Amino acid sequence: MKNTKKLKYMYTAISIFIALASWYLISNSIAGAVIASPVDTFNSFMKEMSSGRLLNHISISLFRVSAGFTIAFFASIPIAFLMGWYKPVELLIGPIIQFVRNIPALAYIPLIVVAQGVGESAKITVIFISTFLVMIITVYQGIKEVDITLIKAARVLGATDKDIFFRVVIPASIPYILIGARLGLGASLTTLIAAELTGSNAGLGQMIQEASLYFRMNIVMLGIIIIGIVGVGLNIVVSLIENKLTMWQDKVKK
Amino acid sequence: MSIKVHISNVSKIYKGTTQDVHALNNVNLDIKEKEFVCVIGSSGCGKSTLLNILAGLDTPTSGTIEIDGNPIFGTGSDRGVVFQQYALFPWLTVAKNVAFGLKIQKLPKAVVDEKVDHYLKSVGLLDFKNAFPKELSGGMKQRVAIARAYAVNPRVLLMDEPFGALDAQTRTQLQSELLATWQEEKKTCFFITHDVDEAVFLSQRVVIMSPRPGRIKSIVDIPISYPRTTEVKFTQEFNDIKNEIWKEVYKEYLAEKK
Repeated sequence: MKNTKKLKYMYTAISIFIALASWYLISNSIAGAVIASPVDTFNSFMKEMSSGRLLNHISISLFRVSAGFTIAFFASIPIAFLMGWYKPVELLIGPIIQFVRNIPALAYIPLIVVAQGVGESAKITVIFISTFLVMIITVYQGIKEVDITLIKAARVLGATDKDIFFRVVIPASIPYILIGARLGLGASLTTLIAAELTGSNAGLGQMIQEASLYFRMNIVMLGIIIIGIVGVGLNIVVSLIENKLTMWQDKVKK
Repeated sequence: MSIKVHISNVSKIYKGTTQDVHALNNVNLDIKEKEFVCVIGSSGCGKSTLLNILAGLDTPTSGTIEIDGNPIFGTGSDRGVVFQQYALFPWLTVAKNVAFGLKIQKLPKAVVDEKVDHYLKSVGLLDFKNAFPKELSGGMKQRVAIARAYAVNPRVLLMDEPFGALDAQTRTQLQSELLATWQEEKKTCFFITHDVDEAVFLSQRVVIMSPRPGRIKSIVDIPISYPRTTEVKFTQEFNDIKNEIWKEVYKEYLAEKK
């Protein structure tokens, strides 16, 4: 067990090394005119950190993601449960979601900007839309998959509809809620950057956009790398929560 | 002894797209207080449908079911069910699974804990009370399910091929354990199986059902006295009864083939 863990870390280290080496090699080739080297990027990281600008961009972006994501999380779960639980709700909302889910949230940006301006609420609305759609579909699917035998077992033990909902349907759906959260976070990050690229006064997307105008490719590269790190960080947080909440699941050991 | 379960003229018809399926046709059966009845029959004979109706998970198209003279409506804590697929809640520990029905009855915690310990002890799983179902073998899971059904103190215990998914050895062991539990705390048992050996070993009466339409073909009394141990299975009497039932079932099979 311990050895496999060690081995995993070793492979991760090698994988990071390969990525850094390829990046270095590419930046030294003809592509170097566009792609800043790891060293340059690291230097600009130190500079932007000490000036406080980078942390400002990161915190603004994270604020937008968490605001949009949180609203979407708490809005999607009850609606998904209602859809899974009450047929009329399912029949009413289902078609709308099927229609809307294929429209990228980015397509709404012009509409939202006209309606809400370029402030925070516009960004949060876009993130909300994309996260909400991903989450509601995943959670609804989860509720549909709840083992009917478990519901029967609860019923014969005297459970009322309310008991079944709170003691069976919700716990059984937790794994799906977490998958939804993971997918939703991915979607919200993607949407956020795109939203910031199209107009914003701060944020990681805006930082990249502005730097590209002045051809400061080291800052562009820095922004890209930081977005990646933020994404990995958020995923680790979800994984930790997942491990805590779903340890009862019979999972295939990875 | 008095009549516990009174099944009269129960029929169940499932509406099909091409034709209706007569899952049960005019089933009549009385089960006595604390009696152990096994039901056998090939798939499609309606035995599971009958169990679901008894449990209140399904309703008959016509006919009535009474328990202690009162007609049943829906599920009730007077009837406990043990499913073939164990149906344990995977997110709850063994102890919390057994406590599930007790908590719904809003019993005080001390009473719940005491009952949980008592029934886990009786199925020999007290040491596993904090384990999750995924850590248990199939036989252990079914022991937990039996403890859970017993804990809410139902008057009638309905079992739908509870040992069907277990290997032969575990199955034999659980049969003996179930009988021991039943001897200790007698319930009216309605036990579905497709295993003739199991039916004869466990029950006082074996109900043979046949399909299309699902109905009761015949009922065989098992006069072997309790307590029964696995040794019973090697006696002449046991095998004679088993053969008699086999002949009935086999006749059914031949009739099917025609």
